Amino acid sequence: MGEGDLPVGLDLDGPSAPPRSNGELVFSQPWESRVFGMTIALHQAGLFPWDDFKDQLIAAVGRWEAAHPGGEGYRYYDCWFEALQALLDERAVVAPSELDARALTFAGRPAGHDHRHDHDHHDHEHHDDAHR
Amino acid sequence: MTAEPRAEEFPGPALRAEALESLLLEKGLIDPKVVDGVINRYVNDVGPMNGAKVVAKAWTDPEYKARLLEDGTGSIAELGFSGPQGEHVIVVENTPEVHNVVVCTLCSCYPWPVLGLPPAWYKDPAYRARMVREPRALLAEMGLPLAEDVEIRVWDSSSEVRYFVLPERPEGTDGASEEDLQALVTRDAMVGVGRVPAL
Repeated sequence: MGEGDLPVGLDLDGPSAPPRSNGELVFSQPWESRVFGMTIALHQAGLFPWDDFKDQLIAAVGRWEAAHPGGEGYRYYDCWFEALQALLDERAVVAPSELDARALTFAGRPAGHDHRHDHDHHDHEHHDDAHR
Repeated sequence: MTAEPRAEEFPGPALRAEALESLLLEKGLIDPKVVDGVINRYVNDVGPMNGAKVVAKAWTDPEYKARLLEDGTGSIAELGFSGPQGEHVIVVENTPEVHNVVVCTLCSCYPWPVLGLPPAWYKDPAYRARMVREPRALLAEMGLPLAEDVEIRVWDSSSEVRYFVLPERPEGTDGASEEDLQALVTRDAMVGVGRVPAL
């Protein structure tokens, strides 16, 4: 179901797709749009030059590809989010421990409080659980 | 699905994104309304319909086309399209002899002001690797078989420059208006993995 799972060449929307539409959802999950929006907003507020983010994104994509030579199960916004976290850590804006702590607090909220379990796996920076 | 004990130790990306936004808000670094605006813009307002206007104008106005090939960024801005990832756009023209196609080998660089955000296949490791290694085979798989005597030029948007393909105007469209032509132009044709269909 990940956006990269479809083999290249088989998920095209075809030449008759109207140009008004990208032919697919721009974001497959709401958190992806928040992470994208935060990145652009922080950049436009002057917090970092775009190339610094791009360098982190290239590094995150490279790490993923090194760890997954088959290229299957790619989830682009996982890399994007990892890149943003790395950049904010590097710039001492948000430390990983601070983010972990806040996320854990949110995870402990009573059920029903917008508490999502989108996935039963988590490609954390250090370990990739054998995915299938 | 399965109740993994680690689920509480390592909250998933949705919770982590929410956590990050709340921290940035507390630090006064982000305004959720600004984030909403950015998202809304890229979901609703910026997309391949912008690029289609550029292409249709280039097809119907030779002077504009000449300017576009000379100065992509400036000529695209003439039509009101500019912004992030549009600072250095180079337009490459398809002809019967030369077919251009765009890839970003390292990540996902793409000319947002004219095409919006890239589709999943553009970001996929297989596309990024294979379009460089075997463009003819991959294009054929993607529904665009090219004759052996057509030269394929693969442009890597990884550095500063964002490439944008000016597709060939299809035959049988001589009398078509600029608006009619806009409706024909597809995103895939402007990336170089498709062709604009005839009317």
